[in-house]
Amino acid sequence: MPDNHEYIKYHPRWHRTPIPVFWWIQKWVYIKFILRELTSIAVMSFALVLLFHVRALIQGPQAYSDLTELLSTPISLILHSIALISLLYHSITWFSLAPKALTVRIGKWRIPDQLIIGMNMLAWIFISFVIGWLMVTM
Amino acid sequence: MRRHIEPFWWALFSSGGTLAAFFLPVLIFIMGIAIPLGWIESPGYEKLFALVSNLHIRVFLFSLISLSLFHWAHRFRFTLYDGLQLKHLNRLIAVLCYGSAITGTLMTGYILIIFSSH
Repeated sequence: MPDNHEYIKYHPRWHRTPIPVFWWIQKWVYIKFILRELTSIAVMSFALVLLFHVRALIQGPQAYSDLTELLSTPISLILHSIALISLLYHSITWFSLAPKALTVRIGKWRIPDQLIIGMNMLAWIFISFVIGWLMVTM
Repeated sequence: MRRHIEPFWWALFSSGGTLAAFFLPVLIFIMGIAIPLGWIESPGYEKLFALVSNLHIRVFLFSLISLSLFHWAHRFRFTLYDGLQLKHLNRLIAVLCYGSAITGTLMTGYILIIFSSH
């Protein structure tokens, strides 16, 4: 290497096209991706609502009937309906991706993706009916 | 955020997502819509209190609530990074998301423990 070799002092900046904040609005698949990620807000909110139910049970019958009253207001019903739709979207997308996270093999035979999705969906429907039935007959 | 802790957050995200997918839709439909609208009769205070007094039910509720919070924390963190292009706030966002989930978990644990002494 010649003596007069010099290192380039500054790294050349790569050209990057700036990505707009609302990049995901340009295509339906991107919007669906963002909607799927936003279902986590419904998951978190309803987890906290469950916690409020438990807290009201501790505080006594009066607190619980206050909560019951709050739950039958239109605003609560609207929010719960939006959250229900989000949670259904979460479940459907979650089970559809399940085969990507886990591959099950029996011997050399790999269980097909559609079968894994189908079994998850069936288990989901079964669990929902059992819980529903238990709540109705309690 | 150190690299080797990522699989830990992912495991919490993943188990929370699975529990939420199986259990939350039916619970929100019954507790938030069907009972308030009178489609299903509420079991009433006494029976619900007896239900949550069961240790198995409380352990289940703790897992469901806590892991749902961690599911949100992990997913929401990446939604903020990618959706709103906030990669430079990496550390702050991670601390806020996981910190909220940890706080929520402690609150859940506290409420379910004092339930047993009632």
